[in-house]
Amino acid sequence: MSELLRFATAGSVDDGKSTLIGRLLFDSKSIFEDQMTSVADASERMGLDAPNLALLTDGLRAEREQGITIDVAYRYFATPKRKFIIADTPGHVQYTRNMVTGASTADLAIVLIDARKGVLEQSRRHAFIASLLRIPHLVIAVNKMDLVDYSEDRFNEIVEEFGSFAAKLDISDLTFIPLSALNGDNVVARSEHMTWFEGSSLLHHLETVHIASDRNLIDARFPVQCVLRPQTEEFHDYRGYAGRVASGVFRSGDEVMVLPSGFTTKIKRIDTFDGEVDGAFAPMSVTLLLEDEIDISRGDMICRPQNQPTSAQDIDAMVCWLADETVLSAGSKLSIKHTTRTARAIVKNLKYRLDINSLHRDESAETLQLNEMGRVSIRTTLPLFFDEYRRSRETGSFILIDEATNATVGAGMILGET
Amino acid sequence: MGCGETIAIFHLQCCGGVVAELAKACGTSLPFLPLFWNGCVVNYELSHLKTLESESIHIIREVAAEFERPVLLFSGGKDSIVMLRLAEKAFWPAKIPFPVMHVDTGHNFEEVYEYRDRRVAELGIKLVIASVQDSIDSGKQVEQKGPRASRNQLQTMTLLDGLEEHGFDAAFGGARRDEEKARSKERVYSFRDEFGQWDPKNQRPELWSLYNGRHLRGEHIRIFPLSNWTELDIWQYIAEDGIEVPNIYYAHEREVFERDGMLLAVTEFVTVMDGEKPETRTVRFRTVGDASCTGAVESDARTVQQVIDEVSATRVTERGATRADDRASEAAMEDRKRQGYF
Ligand SMILES: Nc1nc2c(ncn2[C@@H]2O[C@H](COP(=O)(O)OP(=O)(O)O)[C@@H](O)[C@H]2O)c(=O)[nH]1
Ligand SMILES: [Mg+2]
Repeated sequence: MSELLRFATAGSVDDGKSTLIGRLLFDSKSIFEDQMTSVADASERMGLDAPNLALLTDGLRAEREQGITIDVAYRYFATPKRKFIIADTPGHVQYTRNMVTGASTADLAIVLIDARKGVLEQSRRHAFIASLLRIPHLVIAVNKMDLVDYSEDRFNEIVEEFGSFAAKLDISDLTFIPLSALNGDNVVARSEHMTWFEGSSLLHHLETVHIASDRNLIDARFPVQCVLRPQTEEFHDYRGYAGRVASGVFRSGDEVMVLPSGFTTKIKRIDTFDGEVDGAFAPMSVTLLLEDEIDISRGDMICRPQNQPTSAQDIDAMVCWLADETVLSAGSKLSIKHTTRTARAIVKNLKYRLDINSLHRDESAETLQLNEMGRVSIRTTLPLFFDEYRRSRETGSFILIDEATNATVGAGMILGET
Repeated sequence: MGCGETIAIFHLQCCGGVVAELAKACGTSLPFLPLFWNGCVVNYELSHLKTLESESIHIIREVAAEFERPVLLFSGGKDSIVMLRLAEKAFWPAKIPFPVMHVDTGHNFEEVYEYRDRRVAELGIKLVIASVQDSIDSGKQVEQKGPRASRNQLQTMTLLDGLEEHGFDAAFGGARRDEEKARSKERVYSFRDEFGQWDPKNQRPELWSLYNGRHLRGEHIRIFPLSNWTELDIWQYIAEDGIEVPNIYYAHEREVFERDGMLLAVTEFVTVMDGEKPETRTVRFRTVGDASCTGAVESDARTVQQVIDEVSATRVTERGATRADDRASEAAMEDRKRQGYF
């Protein structure tokens, strides 16, 4: 059985993200001949000497014309051990919202650093965003080692420099790998040029990093997506609650509580199209049948009576603002989507804006503009059933929607009740 | 999924009882209790196919719950067949709560029509046909001329008209991100303006599994539940689930001729030009679309397993091997999508 690992690549422009992805795809034989031909043709038309592997992921006309990555591209490859989904994210500040799109579901992030340039503002910003989004594993890939003579000293300098910054962040698993994406050193196989490095190659790390325990299997949470009532002869009284387990484990026979009503009952059965299951865990999509008839609808949350999410209308969260035409400020009214619940929200206040580079908190700030982040207190029209984001990405996250333009304008990570 | 060893199951069941009591006292289901699925022990790990399946089902249910009039675009190809099966799974034992729409160029293979009609009858759902022929007959569209004529380009307008006529506000498509470089950039919920256009430089951020389907009247959202599936995943799933696909996906003898490095089937819909020599070869289709621009590949793969082996070893992408429409230019797909294509 092969597992799925999602990872995002980030880093400053020209640090070698696209080259690295090209290398991983190439060495795992996931680049096809026609793709290679089309890249070679395009490179030639652009007057390049060698095929530019970046063209594999920079798929939009505008990206090719400008030679930059604007939006996240998804690529897929597999080894006998795992199947991988790569989100190749843009490095420029103005496309941060596209970066968070790609990174929000990642199990692991790779931040590339050019060995010659060392830790740049972009590298810090990306590492910070990765920690804020609580991507469980972070790899700092010190690239272009071939251009610094594969120097151990240079690598250690960067490890130290980044390490002192990382100490201020909340990163649970941090790994440094020196590599040359261009030549393939430490990408798939361990490099002969860097025998001083005792860690594993990047691909080996991706194949073996332990992700099963990243999921929250403790807090049983089941946001109801819809109610299934076939009303056919065969399933006359069938009433199932369809959804995806957000975290934790549910078993038939478990005592459960339904929010907001607070009624308790037991799980009668857990159904899937492929048959009844004894239990369901995140991220399985199943249908729960309950012992008692309770009024339950979309947006309700099924949990355990002794382990409930916080239910509140006043919520503090870190918010990343994603809109260029509007700003967030006290008094902003927005639509909020959290699990399967939609409500309206008003921003009570902006406690501080965070300078992503210095991590300084600016408490005098009155707005959040495009790609800025800050701690915000909101009040919602309905209670939300949430956990702290650090405990559960599924029940701790929300998006904010502009009610006039319908655009997704904010991404929120819940800190707790105000 | 293979069953765990009997001894392990027995052991875990024994201590499971005690731990279950403990768990009850703590109010949690402790994760280290064994779980059974189809009689097998599972250790809280999902295979990559089950993970993809669950993600797709979640998306399909979100759409059914939040949109007024969704529709599933069904082409009879393997991706839309898998998508339809996922929709069936999402709502079982209830019926799929939306109709399917076939944008029919009139130039499809007989096997595809048969399959479509049988499947729709089985599921008891409504089939809407948006016909390119009708658009031509009513004078809305003009048939391309010459031996290279194809109805592929004409599909876009028929599709958009079909969506508008029925007031559909969400349309499920079976596109995958591994298919093509413009697709690899597209969101799961892909916003389309009142002209059905995709604006690749202005896509909505899409975080976690929180999808924003809000839109104004006249606008709609294309939904791609198979975004993260690859061609190989699709075939592995077809094998694992025992899904039937039209037999033109498996190797068979067929009269074909070469054009632009592709093998086109000799049908009433294409004109064989001077110098093109039809001959019988053993082929199968990797994609199924309009017969005038979908190429076959030489293949001996007659079973699902043989197809999986072939797809695992292939060195050419599915669209590169078989789709004339993508060869027009480097950004052919992006341009068509901007205009409202699938
Ligand atoms: N010498 C050397 N050059 C590299 C390496 N990795 C990338 N490059 C070059 O750095 C430039 C930028 O790489 P690219 O992958 O486009 O960077 P991106 O902007 O992060 O995607 C290209 O000219 C690459 O050939 C490396 O390991 N060694
Ligand atoms: Mg790049």
